[in-house]
Amino acid sequence: MKRTLNYLLLLAILLAVAASFVGLGLDFSGLTGAKGLAQMGDYAAGFFPADFSAAHLANIGRASLETLAMSALGTLLAALLGLLLALPAAGRVGEGAAALVRLLLNALRSIPELVWAALMVLAAGLGPNAGTLALALHTAGVLGRLFAEALENTPAEPAEAIRLAGGGRIAAFVYGTLPGVWPQLIAYILYRWENNIRMASVLGFVGAGGLGQMLYVSLSLFQQAQAATVILAMLLLVLAVDALSGWARQRWVSH
Amino acid sequence: MLSASATSGLRDPAALPRLVLTVLALALLWPGLQLSELNLAMLLDGDNAATMGSFVGAFWPPEHGDEFLALLGRATLETLAIATAGMALAWLIAVPCALLATRVLSVSALARGGRPAWWAGALRWPVRLLLIVLRSIPEIVWALLFVRAVGLGPTAGVLAIAITYGGMLGKVYAEICESVDPRPARALLAAGSPRLAAFAYGVLPNAAAEMLSYTVYRWECAIRASVVMGFVGAGGLGQQIDLSMRMFAGGEVASMLLTFFALVLLADQLSRLLRNRLT
Repeated sequence: MKRTLNYLLLLAILLAVAASFVGLGLDFSGLTGAKGLAQMGDYAAGFFPADFSAAHLANIGRASLETLAMSALGTLLAALLGLLLALPAAGRVGEGAAALVRLLLNALRSIPELVWAALMVLAAGLGPNAGTLALALHTAGVLGRLFAEALENTPAEPAEAIRLAGGGRIAAFVYGTLPGVWPQLIAYILYRWENNIRMASVLGFVGAGGLGQMLYVSLSLFQQAQAATVILAMLLLVLAVDALSGWARQRWVSH
Repeated sequence: MLSASATSGLRDPAALPRLVLTVLALALLWPGLQLSELNLAMLLDGDNAATMGSFVGAFWPPEHGDEFLALLGRATLETLAIATAGMALAWLIAVPCALLATRVLSVSALARGGRPAWWAGALRWPVRLLLIVLRSIPEIVWALLFVRAVGLGPTAGVLAIAITYGGMLGKVYAEICESVDPRPARALLAAGSPRLAAFAYGVLPNAAAEMLSYTVYRWECAIRASVVMGFVGAGGLGQQIDLSMRMFAGGEVASMLLTFFALVLLADQLSRLLRNRLT
């Protein structure tokens, strides 16, 4: 019985794959035919040699810094907004508010960064400002939820002790709750920053600044040699972030 | 937190280090503020706010004309098909690469306690490097490149998913093969069986469930990616969202975003179901 079911499942998967290929009417003539292949070859050859002129490298350096700045400020804004939303979401103001804020967090989180960026380009104009806002909005949804979970899971006794001893609500939160959750919050923020660096480098495709915008513009102008350098810079950025976070994790998180 | 610790500085021994760290972070972020041209006031600027207000105001009711719903259905099916076809091609890339890259099937490692000879390692390196390059360039960059090379439409999306996810699957498959008990495969290899047979009978029975569940999880990710890739012209739901956004058709954007949520939720449920069934 289980066996037949598994075979049926396999058959269904094969059918789905076949239907996808037929339904899309994929045109691989560009990859297989001799003429198409030559055309592809020409296009690919345009990327070599990559443009390493000083002026272009300076531009790339500035765009990389812009990407880093977008990701850092986006994450910082998101952390502030996330903490602000996490307090009601953790049920500190009441059940009604918690449900409402959770809905808001879910909505913020489930719209991808790139869609936010396209919206923000409409709302705030082209440039890194839109990218920063887009990162901030999406990440606020993610961090808000993680923060709320962290706040719910932290023991309430220290804060209660401060309240019973006559401390104010803010003092109870700052000295009773925050020290317990602080390391976890920082870990979440750094983890999202890492993601956002990667994301910030492609947000520019919809006009939101950084390396992505540079790549988009140079590809649109058929300057493949310049585009190749930008892609290399993106690759380096991603690999550097991976290596750095892997090292930091080994050094500080897992003992 | 800063103000609280500053006012009660005498009682808080950690206040000074915190103050220094905060000042340092602010000093580093200040140039970033200039670079990112962050300006929240821009959102509330008269003109921008008015355009955005009318755009968002048109979100309700979501567009639901028959013609539009047919278009939406087609775009949704296209998104699903891009993810599925892309995953199929990615699998074709990943399996041979994983077999070449994994250390489990190394004959020279048999006599050396599981560590391959240096030349065998050197032969595996190019494959690993290829997998790293394939997966380190984000899929949307591949999509942008392929849109230029093969034209607008789903073909670019399928190729982009195939390449990025091929790199990811290949790496993870190779790691899963290395993480299971290596003794059955070693026994088979030592008894003179060919590598493919040693893989099929020594590694696969232990690794298959995990590999399958990871593949299904990646398929779910591919659906989300194929929506996003539409923004650079790689077909599917994303391309339609981009078009409607440029026409400021708020109602259309609203229905498409709702469809996107439904699709992601559905894929999530389906992949959970399949993974429970497979493992």
